[in-house]
Amino acid sequence: MFEKLITYLQFPFVRYAFIVGILIAVCSALLGVILVLKRYSFIGDGLSHVAFGAISVATVMNLTDNMLFVMPATVLAAVFLLKGGKSRKVHGDAAIAMVSVSALAIGYLLMNVFSASSNLTGDICSTLFGSTALITLSMKDVIVCLVAAVITVAVFIIFYNRIFAVTFDEDFSKASGVRAERYNLLIAVIIAVIIVIAMNLIGSLLISALVVFPALSAMCIFRNFRAVTVCAVIFSVVCVLLGLILSIIFSTPTGATIVTCDLAGYLLFLLCGKIRTCG
Amino acid sequence: MALLKCEDLVLGYDNTVLASDINIEIGTGEYHCIVGENGTGKTTLMKTILGLKEPLSGRIIYGDGLSKNEIGYLPQQTDAQRDFPASVKEIVLSGFQGRLGLRPFYSSEQKKEALANMERMGISDLRDRSYRELSGGQQQRVLLARALCATEKMLFLDEPVAGLDPQVTVDMYELINRLNREDKTAIIMITHDIDAARKYATHLIRFESNEVVTECLKN
Ligand SMILES: Nc1ncnc2c1ncn2[C@@H]1O[C@H](COP(=O)(O)OP(=O)(O)OP(=O)(O)O)[C@@H](O)[C@H]1O
Ligand SMILES: [Mg+2]
Repeated sequence: MFEKLITYLQFPFVRYAFIVGILIAVCSALLGVILVLKRYSFIGDGLSHVAFGAISVATVMNLTDNMLFVMPATVLAAVFLLKGGKSRKVHGDAAIAMVSVSALAIGYLLMNVFSASSNLTGDICSTLFGSTALITLSMKDVIVCLVAAVITVAVFIIFYNRIFAVTFDEDFSKASGVRAERYNLLIAVIIAVIIVIAMNLIGSLLISALVVFPALSAMCIFRNFRAVTVCAVIFSVVCVLLGLILSIIFSTPTGATIVTCDLAGYLLFLLCGKIRTCG
Repeated sequence: MALLKCEDLVLGYDNTVLASDINIEIGTGEYHCIVGENGTGKTTLMKTILGLKEPLSGRIIYGDGLSKNEIGYLPQQTDAQRDFPASVKEIVLSGFQGRLGLRPFYSSEQKKEALANMERMGISDLRDRSYRELSGGQQQRVLLARALCATEKMLFLDEPVAGLDPQVTVDMYELINRLNREDKTAIIMITHDIDAARKYATHLIRFESNEVVTECLKN
């Protein structure tokens, strides 16, 4: 069993998958804390569907580098969804649902009508649920991911106090002269970038798990913002690592295995939280 | 010139006008009380002055070197944050957010001042407790301590004593009064307690059925 793991780890692409997995776990947990507290849990889901739609469009247009189209399209959608959830007539969750299903439908439609691929269902399935076997990443993918992760973590640390304040009480922030919209915009852009990167690893339907589970689990046990943030990051990294290892050992689909680990971890934390409050 | 001036302000939402022709001037060290029945637009006026909401028409002018980050605000209700995992200390410190400047973290003086403000509000023994596990009155005091951290020149209070017990209510009024007298902080307070308003305020802004009347109580 472990020999299999050891053998696998000798391949560079497996090591790349682990590195990217850890990086994505850290970023998605940080963003997840903000999104869950802002009542925007589903934005990850919505954005990944937008990314799916954008990938279809890019495929149909035969672009050499899909990312050049997918990234800006997703960022735009994120800005649209996060911006002024209160002021628009269509409210946050409804807007997300609308954008999300539209992108999914159009993406599938385009793929179906125009795709030249012989294995259409397989292609779509792996975009939605992540590839069945471990993904093959190049050195370039790893570097892109590393850069995005470093930026995310740096932004989070530098703006930690402001992000906390704006998330806790936006009106107070605005009243005391903080440009709250700027931070919302910043968060939106980073979310979009992380989602697009994470989609390869885990698939677009399952990505919400990486966003919500760490934050929710940490909130079962901890009662202050800093502890919740730190715990969410650790939780997320452990689950992704465990998921990757299990998926190699048992040859299961990576994305689904990681999400199952997240769920198991959440249930464990929920139980611990209950025991703690009772005891 | 006054710290802050409202000229021909018209308040309302979308197409409904709540109040019009509002002309207010707030100078250093003044104490304005806003009174009126429920739903007449007191909170709306405060939010409009703070820039959280656009006026239907009219202007709000910040003068005399008052900048946005010298304003403290105690909202009437923060409903969204019932289950937010945050400690009292984290929330009170966040009052300094407007004055972080280019620094990413709060300075040690700011931390000391936050502690002093918690002391003043009598919540220093709650400082590591979670906000969501506090009673309504305790939460109110946490938010007031945060507002104290934010302010140097001007403090906006939307019903600061709502939900406080009688003793703490008196303490709170005295505290606000001291800030006003000793630190020359201008106070704009919404209250339903007309006696307290007459006792402490220098100016009264009354929301009546179809007009807003301003009245000077002391000179
Ligand atoms: N976001 C909103 N959109 C539309 N109308 C609103 C909105 N918020 C408040 N109103 C309406 O504006 C009016 C004034 O509300 P406001 O909160 O300013 O009252 P208030 O004077 O502060 O009352 P209270 O004493 O109960 O706090 C009310 O009739 C209310 O229904
Ligand atoms: Mg009100």
